[in-house]
Amino acid sequence: MPKMNLTHFEAAFLFSLLASVVLGIVTKKNDRDRLYYGAYCFVCFIGALFVIGWAMRIGHG
Amino acid sequence: MAKETAAALDKPKMPPINIWAAPVLIGWIIPGGGHFFLKRTGRGALLLISITIMFLLGLLTRGMMFTPQSGDFLTTVINYGGFVGDLASGALYLIAMMFGYNQPDMAGAVHDYGTKFLVTAGLLNILAMVDAYEIAAERKS
Repeated sequence: MPKMNLTHFEAAFLFSLLASVVLGIVTKKNDRDRLYYGAYCFVCFIGALFVIGWAMRIGHG
Repeated sequence: MAKETAAALDKPKMPPINIWAAPVLIGWIIPGGGHFFLKRTGRGALLLISITIMFLLGLLTRGMMFTPQSGDFLTTVINYGGFVGDLASGALYLIAMMFGYNQPDMAGAVHDYGTKFLVTAGLLNILAMVDAYEIAAERKS
């Protein structure tokens, strides 16, 4: 089995992307809303990633 | 009383099992399979690709597969919950277990991410199964 190493950012980015695609598809009722909601989820994931990342960085000094 | 009656009237009726059982079961075995079965090919393909990539990333980063294990409350919840999450990936989980790709629990951030990827793949597949159910029940297009 090949092995893969991901940085925190790569792992979180891939997680955000894949989860956003599924959330967009299953949540809304037409393609336009699906696309917007998927993009919205992705932006929220990435925003949270940076905000929480910086909060931890500042909190730990 | 009146509120309860109104709520009961608003609640959609459960459709017959023969309408939704096949798409939900196929959707469990093959991620997005329920959508393919219901002729929602584009959405089914996106679900299949996303969930499979997430599961494979979990395997490649040597994530751990949960096994049912009881102990104190938190241990029981985490292990049984994780097991259900893993199992929800359907054939991906069954094939990975059959070929012995389940990894022991290892310390490290990458493995920890892998474990979360594996469980999340299953949880996303549950969402896809619910979506297939709603399409089969004609609550969604």
